Amino acid sequence: MEYFLELFMGGLTRGSIYALIALGYTMVYGIIELINFAHGEIYMIGAFTALITASVLAVMGVHQFAIMAIAMLAAIVYSSAYGFTVEKIAYKPLRHAPRLSPLISAIGMSIFLQNYVLLAQTSDFLPFPSLIPDFKFLEPYSNYLRPTELVILLTTAVVMVFLTLLIKFTKIGKAMRATAQDRTMAMLLGVNVNRVISTTFVIGSALAAIGGVLIASHIGQINFFIGFIAGIKAFTAAVLGGIGSIPGAVLGSFILGLTESFATGYVSSDYEDVFAFALLVLILIFRPGGLLGKSTTQKV
Amino acid sequence: MMTFTEIKKSFLTSLWFMFLTFPIMVIRVNTIEKQVIWRWENMWYVGIGSFLLSFVWRYFLRRKERGNNHANEHIANMSSSIQRIFSRRRYKIPAMVAAAMTVAVFPFVMNSYQTNIMITALMYVMLGLGLNIVVGLAGLLDLGYVAFYAVGAYTYGLLNHHFGIGFWTVLPLGGALGALFGVLLGFPVLRLRGDYLAIVTLGFGEIIRLILENWNEFSYGPSGIAHISKPSLFGIKLSFSGEITYMYFLMIGMVCFTIFVVNRLQNSRIGRAWIALREDEVACQAMGIDKTRTKLTAFALGATWAGMAGVIFAAKTTFINPASFTFMESAMILSIVVLGGMGSIPGVIIAALFLILLPEYLRAFSDYRMLLFGAIMVIMMVFRPQGIIATVRRNYNFKKAEN
Repeated sequence: MEYFLELFMGGLTRGSIYALIALGYTMVYGIIELINFAHGEIYMIGAFTALITASVLAVMGVHQFAIMAIAMLAAIVYSSAYGFTVEKIAYKPLRHAPRLSPLISAIGMSIFLQNYVLLAQTSDFLPFPSLIPDFKFLEPYSNYLRPTELVILLTTAVVMVFLTLLIKFTKIGKAMRATAQDRTMAMLLGVNVNRVISTTFVIGSALAAIGGVLIASHIGQINFFIGFIAGIKAFTAAVLGGIGSIPGAVLGSFILGLTESFATGYVSSDYEDVFAFALLVLILIFRPGGLLGKSTTQKV
Repeated sequence: MMTFTEIKKSFLTSLWFMFLTFPIMVIRVNTIEKQVIWRWENMWYVGIGSFLLSFVWRYFLRRKERGNNHANEHIANMSSSIQRIFSRRRYKIPAMVAAAMTVAVFPFVMNSYQTNIMITALMYVMLGLGLNIVVGLAGLLDLGYVAFYAVGAYTYGLLNHHFGIGFWTVLPLGGALGALFGVLLGFPVLRLRGDYLAIVTLGFGEIIRLILENWNEFSYGPSGIAHISKPSLFGIKLSFSGEITYMYFLMIGMVCFTIFVVNRLQNSRIGRAWIALREDEVACQAMGIDKTRTKLTAFALGATWAGMAGVIFAAKTTFINPASFTFMESAMILSIVVLGGMGSIPGVIIAALFLILLPEYLRAFSDYRMLLFGAIMVIMMVFRPQGIIATVRRNYNFKKAEN
């Protein structure tokens, strides 16, 4: 039972990280129907920015809480800036191109960003400082749930609530929903569609940065390639829940996180990534619309 | 057009990029010794580079927009001008003779190192042409193409290791197994649209690689299979350089065979069906084309070539391990197809030679190879989606009566 609980909590933690990344995929897909392959790289850049900022501040001898706050902030700002720029360079000129073009452009961007970090930084794994301080809480439960995991779960929950409020009740949220429904109509009604798309990229990237910093300080090391696997898994989660649907992405992420956690715990850890991919292939075969997604009919 | 606003725009762009690349380009931390290295010179490179590039970027973007406003026909004519020249008899025959001569004397003029590089490049020509069937003709974005390449390589590696079966027996077998895997992958993904397909093929490629890496009893894991025998020539013992020359001509033969087959396929019933499928799936079905069969043949044929290329790869390097079959390899082959022009045979050949040979000869350049590939994919899609040599589309010309 203890082992089960440990795996369950581990799965939830994984799931919440996937959710933070998956939201970026699903929001972008909802609005411009593009799989933003470079999203995983945005997450990686967020983690790298946090690492660099934290290291510089640590050398300067800043207090630990200040380091945590500033590193997180830097990661969010830079990831958003990268997300914004990527959209402007690689996707905006292709708004009216055939579907395959922006997809290839996105893959190119992803490869470019990976190698940019590889060349400018290093190909080795870098140890990531544990930004989240170790603290004690409710004694018996702390055996199953480590403090960092608790912080990740809470942060994710808070971020989700904020995102929901943003999308439901603010003006930009309304504009986003309108653009997702029908871009041309939204444009006719005076929504600045380009700005909405940029905002979506910025919000998605900021969420990915939060996820990146949290997971990096949980696992304790990063390299330039972390975005690739995390990106695919988060995408799997988004598809599992039904791409384009925000609650779907969260649900899918938790299902994926738990599946992975139990599968590695009870079956074998060698094939950790295979489970996610196999799950992805299975969903797409049997329920391409995802759990909460609507199935779409194709028109000429 | 170097107006003040233009310069201001570029200046702002360069400031933005200096800000953007600041933490990753300028700061480098040594986390073990707690040292921070500041590389301020990089900031200037980024600033000046992006300042100049933004002019170029905007210039081309404007040109493209102007082109779009003009008649599209005009562009289509311009883009195929290179092919127009080649299609004329007067240029075609001397060009082909010159190419054949170069190809024939290459291994005797160049040393074995150069020939070896050429063999690798030819292998990519073959892979590019194979992927061209799937992506270029049928419009199915396959990001797991390297999986079939791995299937071919491991077919030869394992059969040779366990049973000592020779290259020539395995070559068709590798192709057939590749095709089988192509169909296996093709079946489940038939219903998926372009972007989902991309992800599933990517996942499939990774699954194959992970299985090869972890199933030690079957594939010998990350340490791979060594001492795979080279292809035989009627049992004649060849010298070291003789072996390379033999390999070179074998590759030339395979490439010619590939070009022949792809060229014939392109104009066949199935080839036309692929192109129709690429342009519009629903309309294509409405015209009575069996979507399932058409898609599956595209997958199977593309995979056959990857399988055969895999067998040749294993025979050439005599050592294989899963590290040769990463996603980056798929991406590289894809960028060859994208750069060359989807569906264009001469384009893919030139792109493969260019992308593989250039980093080999410009050694300083080779670190930046993947960076370049990524950039090429983006730039080509934004400015020239039809590739360096676009395919000439078959079309009927309706001429007005007075002409």
